[in-house]
Amino acid sequence: MAETTDILVEEPILEVRNLQTSFFTKEFEVKAVDGVNFAVPKGKTLGIVGESGSGKSITSLSILRLIKNPGKIKGGEIIFKGENLLDKTESQMRQIRGNEISMIFQEPMTSLNPVYTVGQQISEAFIIHQNMSKKEAMLRSVEMLELVGIPSPKQRVKQYPHELSGGMRQRVMIAMALACDPELLIADEPTTALDVTIQAQILELMEDLQDRLGMSTIMITHDLGVVAETCDYVAVMYMGKVVEYATVKDLFKNPKHPYTVGLLNSLPRHDIDLGEEDLTVIQGSVPAPDQIPEGCRFAPRCPFASDICHERLPHLEQSEDGNQIRCWIYTDEWDGDPEVNVNGERTS
Amino acid sequence: MFTFIVRRIIQTIPVLIGVTILTFSMMHLIPGDPAQIIAGESASPEQIELMRERLGLNDPLPVQYFDYIRGVVTGDLGNSIRSGRAVSSEVFLRLRPTIELAVYSTILSVFIGLIAGVFAAVRRGGLSDSLVMIVALFGLSLPNFWLGLMLIQYLAIGIDIFGINTGWFAASGWGTWQQQVLPVLTLGTAGAAIIARMTRSSMLEVIDQDYIRTARAKGVKERVVIYRHALKNALIPVVTVVGLQFGTLLGGAVLTETVFAINGLGRLIVDSIRARDFPIVQGGVLIFALLFVFVNIAVDVIYRLLNKRIDLN
Repeated sequence: MAETTDILVEEPILEVRNLQTSFFTKEFEVKAVDGVNFAVPKGKTLGIVGESGSGKSITSLSILRLIKNPGKIKGGEIIFKGENLLDKTESQMRQIRGNEISMIFQEPMTSLNPVYTVGQQISEAFIIHQNMSKKEAMLRSVEMLELVGIPSPKQRVKQYPHELSGGMRQRVMIAMALACDPELLIADEPTTALDVTIQAQILELMEDLQDRLGMSTIMITHDLGVVAETCDYVAVMYMGKVVEYATVKDLFKNPKHPYTVGLLNSLPRHDIDLGEEDLTVIQGSVPAPDQIPEGCRFAPRCPFASDICHERLPHLEQSEDGNQIRCWIYTDEWDGDPEVNVNGERTS
Repeated sequence: MFTFIVRRIIQTIPVLIGVTILTFSMMHLIPGDPAQIIAGESASPEQIELMRERLGLNDPLPVQYFDYIRGVVTGDLGNSIRSGRAVSSEVFLRLRPTIELAVYSTILSVFIGLIAGVFAAVRRGGLSDSLVMIVALFGLSLPNFWLGLMLIQYLAIGIDIFGINTGWFAASGWGTWQQQVLPVLTLGTAGAAIIARMTRSSMLEVIDQDYIRTARAKGVKERVVIYRHALKNALIPVVTVVGLQFGTLLGGAVLTETVFAINGLGRLIVDSIRARDFPIVQGGVLIFALLFVFVNIAVDVIYRLLNKRIDLN
């Protein structure tokens, strides 16, 4: 019953193997991340996609070991540059956070400390990780603000977060995350809280900086449009598990998992007019965490589900092209319609 | 900031007028005729009339009030009935121990309150959290005169434990540190408890904020996260409480000074009430009110220094 853990990716900078993170309440355990596997190739961008509650944010917080009580990382391995982060001490982890692995959060409005200036907050990274003096750090902070495209950075550096707009604040967050030249950047829905026009600017900035600084990125999002634009690989998550892992090209051209198809179908397209009923939704909603289905997690909402889907959980299997899929349809044990064509259900 | 302070001071003018009206009316609200009281029980009607004239009690009320204000502005608060000396000098003479007592108690309660509050918040839900909060609840509920008496009983008079007498501190007066410890403890306990509870709840709110997670993700040490990133935000509501607390301390000083026989303003006021020395009471209350108003201006200034989101203008 071994899960597939070997991921055919050239030179992964980060490999997550069978990661399990749970939250414990008095009555039951909520398995927010339940055996997740994926790899981030060096210099590339991995997208993690899924609905709210699919465990994508918890996965990213687990990588930095920022899970707080009552949450706990129960098992698995997080291999960063050949070393398991779960074996590190807390002080070793602090050396990595904000230095080798940085994170950008969803809410730029609340993710900056209101009582310190923008400059003080960026400086802190330099002071902690590069032993700079306050003065040096402040000069570097000005440079960072310039790098992320903030006009008149010398004045901005002395301002407090409430004096900046949402887009500006997200730029500050990016400046802070990139201060110490991280090898891996985790962006947790970096554009979700922003206006559409600002979203595009921020994504463009991130791509540009990634090219210039040569870092690897994990882009967490529920927006497949963002994935198409920025990612090289995608892991689709559903209820704490990866259900499909593929290159962006393959995923959009030939999605395999019914859930992925559902996500793609709910994406509006403006290149073809599909008439009135052009947007479909995935039927039902994500079950409550204490009502996890017995078999495949997606079976209750899956239009193709057959008996085996409700009984047993499929494994994440690797196909010849290196992509991975967790679905009975692609196995020998499939007991439903042998002619089933998941991709044929695509409406967009 | 300067304009803010100036404006804040100007804003206190109505408050000060209210305060002077109150203290002024004290003279007229006391039962009986002030002239009669001041002239004494056995005074003849002529003497009382003379006193009435001297006190200006025959003038219309507004005239009396403006006379009073003119006196207040020039520092003339009348004369003590008992000693005949100027109220201002009597009051200022007694002011020092009271202010010292209030300031030391505030320092003590802020110090203990913040440490206990942060300690409890960081250990939310744990045994030490519950313990600290139970102790704080006790501290809050103890009447401070009773606490003072108990401290005198056990730490000034002292009891023998294994041949050691615990009477380490003095039971009365104000001057040496042995004399100061017990009154400061007495007066500071309730404040420490309030500040501890306030700090704890304020910290709990702040600790769950996104920017705390950002700080952790930056690789900031947990101690620095708590004291630099969280506490500075959590202090904002606490500062207001400290300001109000200072007012309570002045009131509490009346009891504490009585219990510990400290020659402070609080005790002067109590003694003067007993002796019906109303000019002193008037002056003392006015000084207390002024102190309270200016401490709160200081608190407002600190509040705005901490809370960058408030626009000064």
